[in-house]
Amino acid sequence: MEILALVKRVPATDSKIKVAGDGKSIDPQGIEFVLNPYDEFAVEQALKTKEALGGTVTVLTVGGPESQKELRTCLAMGADKAVLMKHEGPELDAHALATVLAAKIEELHPDLVFCGRQAVDTDDAQVGQRLAALLGWSCLSDAGTFELSDGSWTGTRDIEGGKESVKGSLPAVITCNKGLNEPRYPNLKGIMMAKKKPLEECEVQGAENKETLVALTPPPARPEPAILGEGPEAVAVLMDKLKNEAKVL
Amino acid sequence: MNGEEWTNFRLTEEQEMIRDTARKFAEEQLLPQAVDIDLEARFPAETFRQMAELGFLGLPISEEMGGAGMGYFAYCLALEEIAKVCASTALGLEAHISLCTYLIDSFASEEQRRKYVPDLASGEKLGSFGLTEPEAGSDAGGTRTVARRDGDSYVIDGRKAFITNANHAGTFVITARTDSESSTGTKGISAFIVERDTPGFHIEKGETKLGMRGSDWANLVFEGMRVPVENRIGGEGEGFQFFMKTLDAGRVAIGALALGIAEGAYERALRYAQERMAFGKPLAKQQAVAFKLAEMATRIECARHLVYHGCRLKDQGVEAFAKEAAMAKVVASEAATFCADEAIQIHGGYGYTAEYHVERMYRDAKLCEIGEGTSEICRLVISRRILAD
Repeated sequence: MEILALVKRVPATDSKIKVAGDGKSIDPQGIEFVLNPYDEFAVEQALKTKEALGGTVTVLTVGGPESQKELRTCLAMGADKAVLMKHEGPELDAHALATVLAAKIEELHPDLVFCGRQAVDTDDAQVGQRLAALLGWSCLSDAGTFELSDGSWTGTRDIEGGKESVKGSLPAVITCNKGLNEPRYPNLKGIMMAKKKPLEECEVQGAENKETLVALTPPPARPEPAILGEGPEAVAVLMDKLKNEAKVL
Repeated sequence: MNGEEWTNFRLTEEQEMIRDTARKFAEEQLLPQAVDIDLEARFPAETFRQMAELGFLGLPISEEMGGAGMGYFAYCLALEEIAKVCASTALGLEAHISLCTYLIDSFASEEQRRKYVPDLASGEKLGSFGLTEPEAGSDAGGTRTVARRDGDSYVIDGRKAFITNANHAGTFVITARTDSESSTGTKGISAFIVERDTPGFHIEKGETKLGMRGSDWANLVFEGMRVPVENRIGGEGEGFQFFMKTLDAGRVAIGALALGIAEGAYERALRYAQERMAFGKPLAKQQAVAFKLAEMATRIECARHLVYHGCRLKDQGVEAFAKEAAMAKVVASEAATFCADEAIQIHGGYGYTAEYHVERMYRDAKLCEIGEGTSEICRLVISRRILAD
C-alpha cells in the first residue's frame, strides 16, 4: 500500500507571535518551528497503517528549504521517503495548495493520503477536503478513529455531542484529529537512519492564489486588571460593572 | 534562550533532532510528573523504560556496543533538555551513562565490554557507580572497602554511600582496596564490576534528600561478597585512575545537567517577569528585576560555552581535559544555584510553592555543586593543572 502523509512546518504553539513589518506575515525571529501537531497524527496513522498492511510511507510538504528539518523528523519517526515541493514567497491559499498537491498526487498515485485536520498557523482546515474534491476521492475529515479492511475504510468523526461513523472507498483523503492516535517520538535509530533516506525536491509550478491575505492583526492587549474595592462595599460596584460594562448579567 | 542563538557551536542535523526530541519528550512526558516524583521521592521507572525504547540510555555509546553512537555532545544536549524540566530524571540518566556504562566501555577488557555494555546501552539494565563511602568522599583515598583475593575470586567487605540508581540498577562498578586493610591513599584501589544478585550484596535504603528526590539513591553494603577475578577492571591498583578519568567526563555531563536547571529556572522567571504586573508595569520593566534576568542570562551563556567546549574536547578524543571539565562543572553548577535562587526571588511568594517549579530547581541545583566532585575538588583539579603548567 502506498501511503502519503502531508505535513507543514508551523510556529510552535507556545511561540509569541509578532506581526512583521509588512503587516501580513509573522516575524520569524526567535520563533521555534515544529511539525504541525495535527500532522503528527497523520504521520503516525500512516506509519501504523504501513506496519499493519505493509507498503511505503512518503511525507510531503510545500515550503521553503527550512522545511527539510520537519521532513527529516518524519523520516526519523519511520517514514520511508520525503518530498519537498519548494515554494517561497507569499503562502499559497487553500485552493492553490490543493491544486498543486493534487497534481503531485496524480504522479505519486498513493492509495491513501493522511493530513492534519488543520495547520495551527493559519487554522484554515480546508486543504484535505479540497484535495479529495479535486481528486474525486472519498474523504473522512476530523478522523477520531480509522480502520482499513478489504479495500475500504471505516472511521469516526467527533461531532457536537456524539460521533459520526462513516464508511468509504479507496483511494481516500483522511484529515486527522487529536485523539486518533498517540504520535511516536523519533527514536535514535530512526534519527540515524533519517539521513540516509531519500528526500526529493521539486518546484511548485503554476500555483495561483484566488485569495489574498490583506492583513494580520494581533489580538487586542488584555486590559489591565483593577481592584474595585474590598469587602461588602465592593459588591455593588462589581455588580454594576458586570451589568453595564461587561454586560454578562 | 536556546542553542540556535549560539552560533559558534553549530549543531549537526542529527544533534538538532536529538535535542528537539529530548525537549518534546521532556515537556510532554516529564513535566506532568516532575512535581509529583519530587514530592513522593519516587524514581520514575516507567520513564526510564520509555527512554530506553527511544535509545537514550545508550546515546553516546558506540553502535558496535549496542548504543546509538551519537557522541558526547548530542548526549549532553539531551541531558540539558531533560534537566530543564526534571533534573532528577536527568541525574539517573547521567549516572547510568557517564559513570557506569562509560567506565566499563572505556576501561574494561574487550570481553568485559561485550558482556556488560550492550545490556546497559539498550537499557535492559540500569547502571550504577559506587565510589563514595561514609568516610571517603572528596578524599577517595580514604576508601575502606576491602577486596581480599581468595583463589579465583575476591571477597569484598565494606559500604558505599549515596549511590545513584542503586535500587534499580542491575550492574554496578565499585572500588575496593586490594592492598591491605590498614592502608590509605589511592594506589591500592581496584575497580570491580558487580552484578545485582551477587550473594553478600545488600542495598540499604538511602537517606531523605534535599533535592533530586525523583532520582534514586541507596547505600551499598558488601558482606563477604564473592566476586570472580574476571570482574576486576584492569590490574590490581589501577581502579582509582579509571574512576577519576570517568569523573572528568562525568563533570561535563553534570555541567550540562546544571546548565539545563539554570535555563529552566531562567525561562520560568523570564516568562513570569513579563506577565506579572506590579506598580503598574510588568516586573521585567523594573530595573531591579531586569538586572537579575541579565545576570542570569550572562551566567547561562558562560556555562554553555564551557560545557559545550568540554563536550567537543571529549568528542575529539582529547584525553587531558580534566581542567576544562572541572571549569565547566563549577561554572554551570554555580549558575544553576544562582539562577534557581534568583528565579524564586523574582516569583516572590509563588516561587516558594511547589506548583511554580523553581523551588524544586533550587533544591535540585545544589546537588550539582556536590556530586561527582564538589566545587572545592573541582577548583583543586583546576589549580593543580594550572600550577603544573
